[in-house]
Amino acid sequence: MSALLEVLGVSVTFDGFRAINDLSFSIQPAELRAIIGPNGAGKTTFMDIVTGKTRPDSGRVQFGTPPVDLLRLRESDIARIGIGRKFQRPTVFEAQTVFDNLSMALRNERSPFSALGYKAGKSDIERIEEIASEIGLADHLKRLSGELSHGQKQWLEIGMLLAQDPQLLLVDEPAAGMTLGEREHTTDLLVRTARTRAVIVVEHDMEFVRRLECPVTVLHEGSVLAEGSLDHVTANPEVIEVYLGR
Amino acid sequence: MKNTFLARNPSVLVFILLLAVITLLATVFSEAYGTGLLPTNYVKILGKTLCLCLIAIAMDLVWGYCGILSLGHFAFFGLGGYMIGMWLMYARTEDIVIASMTNAALPPTPDEVRDAIGTQIFGVVGGSDVPLVWSFAHSLPIQLALVVLVPGLLALVFGWLAFRSRVTGVYLSILTQAMTLALSLYLFQNDSGLRGNNGLSGLQNIPGLTDAPQSVLSIWFMWGSALALGLGYVFAAWMVSGKFGNVVKAIRDDEARIRFLGYSVEAYKLFIFTVTAVIAAIAGAIYYPQAGIVNPAEIAPIASIYLAVWVAIGGRGRLYGAVIGAALVSLLSSWFTGGQAPDLPLGFYTVQWVDWWQVLLGLSFVLVTLFAPRGIAGMFDRLVRKDAA
Amino acid sequence: MLRPILIAAFLIATSPIFALAQDSSAETGAASVSEEVIVDATPETPTALGPLQAILQEHRNEVAKASRRTVDEVIDAVRAAKLPQGLTFLERWGDRELWQREEDGLFFFTEKADGQDLTLIDIDTGEAVGTISKGDIKQLKPNSGVRTVIASSLVASQLEDPDPARRRQALDAIERRAEKEHLEPLRASIETEEDPAIKARKERLLRVITISFGQTTETRVDAIRSFSQDLSLDARAALNPLVVTRIGYSEGEPEGVNVARTLTPGKDISREVAYKLLVDDEKAIAARTRAERKAALEANIEDGTVGGVPVSELSSQEARDRAYSSLVDEGKAPPFVTDETMDAELAKYTFYEAYADSNAEVTTAAAETLDSIDQYVGLNRFFSLVLDGLSLASIYFLAAIGLAITFGVMGVINMAHGEFIMIGAYTGYVVQQIIPNYTVSILVALPLAFVIAAAAGIALERLVIRHLASRPLETLLATFGVSIALQQIAKNVFGTQARPLTSPSWLDGAWVINDVVAVSYIRIAIFVLALVFFALLLFVLNRTRLGLEVRAVTQNPRMASSMGINPDRINMLTFGLGSGIAGIAGVAIGLFAKVTSELGQAYIVQSFMTVVVGGVGNIWGTLAGATMIGFLQKVIEFFNPSNTLAAQTYMIIFIIIFIQFRPKGIIALKGRAAGD
Repeated sequence: MSALLEVLGVSVTFDGFRAINDLSFSIQPAELRAIIGPNGAGKTTFMDIVTGKTRPDSGRVQFGTPPVDLLRLRESDIARIGIGRKFQRPTVFEAQTVFDNLSMALRNERSPFSALGYKAGKSDIERIEEIASEIGLADHLKRLSGELSHGQKQWLEIGMLLAQDPQLLLVDEPAAGMTLGEREHTTDLLVRTARTRAVIVVEHDMEFVRRLECPVTVLHEGSVLAEGSLDHVTANPEVIEVYLGR
Repeated sequence: MKNTFLARNPSVLVFILLLAVITLLATVFSEAYGTGLLPTNYVKILGKTLCLCLIAIAMDLVWGYCGILSLGHFAFFGLGGYMIGMWLMYARTEDIVIASMTNAALPPTPDEVRDAIGTQIFGVVGGSDVPLVWSFAHSLPIQLALVVLVPGLLALVFGWLAFRSRVTGVYLSILTQAMTLALSLYLFQNDSGLRGNNGLSGLQNIPGLTDAPQSVLSIWFMWGSALALGLGYVFAAWMVSGKFGNVVKAIRDDEARIRFLGYSVEAYKLFIFTVTAVIAAIAGAIYYPQAGIVNPAEIAPIASIYLAVWVAIGGRGRLYGAVIGAALVSLLSSWFTGGQAPDLPLGFYTVQWVDWWQVLLGLSFVLVTLFAPRGIAGMFDRLVRKDAA
Repeated sequence: MLRPILIAAFLIATSPIFALAQDSSAETGAASVSEEVIVDATPETPTALGPLQAILQEHRNEVAKASRRTVDEVIDAVRAAKLPQGLTFLERWGDRELWQREEDGLFFFTEKADGQDLTLIDIDTGEAVGTISKGDIKQLKPNSGVRTVIASSLVASQLEDPDPARRRQALDAIERRAEKEHLEPLRASIETEEDPAIKARKERLLRVITISFGQTTETRVDAIRSFSQDLSLDARAALNPLVVTRIGYSEGEPEGVNVARTLTPGKDISREVAYKLLVDDEKAIAARTRAERKAALEANIEDGTVGGVPVSELSSQEARDRAYSSLVDEGKAPPFVTDETMDAELAKYTFYEAYADSNAEVTTAAAETLDSIDQYVGLNRFFSLVLDGLSLASIYFLAAIGLAITFGVMGVINMAHGEFIMIGAYTGYVVQQIIPNYTVSILVALPLAFVIAAAAGIALERLVIRHLASRPLETLLATFGVSIALQQIAKNVFGTQARPLTSPSWLDGAWVINDVVAVSYIRIAIFVLALVFFALLLFVLNRTRLGLEVRAVTQNPRMASSMGINPDRINMLTFGLGSGIAGIAGVAIGLFAKVTSELGQAYIVQSFMTVVVGGVGNIWGTLAGATMIGFLQKVIEFFNPSNTLAAQTYMIIFIIIFIQFRPKGIIALKGRAAGD
């Protein structure tokens, strides 16, 4: 089975600082993967490159079958061909209702003209309600999302990610600010989602990563330091050096 | 929940009713069709104010809803005025020229008519040929189409360039201001073919309707303005109340995020920029026949900034806010600068409002921005909510 | 184009020559001559003839009936005597102001006395020596040949005058109005010239007049070619008449004329003009214009028809032509030339442009040299353009740097920045009302403008901008409110008319490098001012604690504040600094522009452009932006000098396109720090 996302020899430099250094990485169509690494390891920059926010100086990024060169696409195009991203800080549209937030994320035509003529059909409303109950916001659809708690906003953002129905989800610190119960729910959701599509989770919290029970990639100074199960990588002396040796 | 258009936009009905009432009242008291309490001059001011409300709605769409602080929408307004003005001036001059030639020994040839029109219109800038840009000035349908096409195309090209290169925020504001300045400087030249700083004048005389007195015309134009404003309000409300409106507001609030949801921010911005430019142009095309004259000074960057001021004072992000702001500030402005406002004696100094109105406006603008960022409509909203609670 | 200059030069030129001649006679005449009378009085002249009179009496016939052949003899004799009054004599003789008393043949100058009488003036002393009736004295009227010789001999003697000032005056005179006769005396005087500056001038002048009056084609061509890199107006003035052309025509190949180029009617020359040449020489019948034909039609209306065509049908040119043709057939109107006949007539002749000067070698050399000069002028214009661009760039730099700093540090655009410039200019004006000495007042005004504008800036920051933190668009609008209020206040206080801000006299005038390149001292001063502030800001930002903190806040405000930098303080200080520099810029701009309440507005958009083009948060960026905008504006003006409005239009369009390629300016911050 060929990889869904293939990152090959990517490097990027900011004002002389090498944020990503000859990074190679790949993930299968239905795989859950955690990426860990100390601050400044290049985790966020990696996501920026995949989602088109940052252009690398060199290297290749391909997605899907047949492979599409992501470096040629704009952010919105990348999102449209099936890569969803959840940001570290929850960013939902606070001035709009939960329903509207989800409705915008729903997989539909994205052009201004179709948006003008759009009327939420029965299937769309059902899908939104389905997602809302999945993320525990079924009773909050009419509320402004700005009024939600921090954890609820995290959920809403995950819900928006699901509504996009992407082939690949990039999730940046999903559990930050969540209660224990919410964390468990999040883990379940991510594991379940990864049965049908690829999920990359960037996380600091080792406990959370452990609960995901998935392969782990350790980034350090912009390249892959180690890869394998969590136990395997945490036994790696280099990883220990990076995490504790400073 | 009923999800009809009117249910989502309760203000539309109120607005349309109010608009109809005001227009009817003005007609009832007008000189042409009513008691004559309201002088024609005031009817014209009312009609013009309605047009300004329409462009304020356009400004609110692009700024209040989409977050693009355009300092160039008055340029589109002025261009719309120029486009209709070309027909008004050409057709009327043609009538006059032909009338003056009927007594000549020989009936005039088309060339002679055109030459005479050229001399008549372009004599002030030392020309006598009719420039190329006036090629379609004889045709009302074509010029009407150009009212929409020329500003629309300009907005499309400029917007495409600006949004494509992701110019945002104050950069974009300054770029739109530069565009406006460039346009007005261009029109200021005599060889722009649009009579330089003289602009187009005599637009209040409608060709073919020379017998109709201004008092009648002004009523008709007021109704036209009201119709345009009403349609514009409904159209704008329809645009912003659906999913399109949600996306546009999302662009205003977090451009990067909506991009990662797969929306082409550039396409939406370009769409709304162009559509509002066209609305502005239509407003201008109705405004200038009532004003009588359009010249490059009208297009100067400052006019567009005032437009932003109206919308900010009225309250952006609410369509009725834009209308309130435009109506209030422009009416107050003409009251103060018109010399009607009584002087304010302070003992040591007498404040003459003609001189000090600008200062008052500038400072009140600072105060509104500081203390009432949602404008008058925002305060209004708060009152309504308090009553409800 | 040169003709009016030449005429003006001539008018100015002629008067001083005469004034000069008379001045010198007045000075020298009375004092020195009286001594010489005693010394040189010859025994044969018992009535004590003056020495000049004596010489003239020796050549009485040659003077009275001067001819070109004999006049040299007289002149030589006068010059050999080296009398100071000799020059005056020659001058006045040439001007037909010499009279001969019939009674004794003595020579006098005269002045009008009462009635028919004339006052006699002694030619040696210049003193009145009596009156005489007009009938008893004869005016000498040397013919033009003689006068020419006299004139050139005059110049010759002036050119060799021992007094360098007089030699320079002679050169001035020749420069203003050169004549053929000057050539030889000038050449002759060069060898004996001792003053190197005057010698150089003489040599150059010799070349200039050789262009027109050189004896052989070869010397003229050489002289012409020697000016191929000369920028001065006189060289061009001497060359231009050589390439004056007139339009002519001939049947077949033009002969006997120095053809510059042949002309194709309809292309190089309009058909109507070419045809008119033929008509003027009665080689062709006159074409009737439309208006003339129309008049003919109108004159021949009979019973509602013209030439058989009903008047009501005459609303097209085609119908009118038809009616006119029938009038022609009836003999009621002159024939009318159709385009075809006109073309046929024109085809019979060759039209050409011919040089007035028939010497082809000379005209070719002159045309080529003028081309070469034009190229050289172009080169110098380019240099001049560079200087203009520099000057404009330094103004924009001063106007924009404050804006750029505040924009960089706080991310807000201060729309009232232009009004701070205005405040600076008005400060300069007010200071001048109090301190009349312009030098002192400027020295006071500069720091005062800084302080006042900075105070205004700090007040604006504390009262308004601070409360709108991180809402740049609203800051833009609020500061715009401040801008219109300040503008109107200035209008109310100082009135709408422009107020002068006069520069000290040592800043008047310009540094003239050559006839093409000149820079006014004010512009140089502003350039220096901009350099000073550039250096000062570089120092402040890169070498001081404040600069470090400013840079930290610019790059990452949150990080900076977590490191103990108080961003409020930094914001206030940078705002004060930026506004203060705007005040200084105001004084500088006020020196060459009129101070009005709209002064700031005139520069604000360019300042914005400078910031946008240059990139934010970097004074090098502002420098680059100002340089680019300044030069761009000058270059566009250079190509379209008559139309500065168009120049600005094109510049803005260029900038909009430029932004496509460098959305963050020439010098952009990169990486995460730049944000999005």
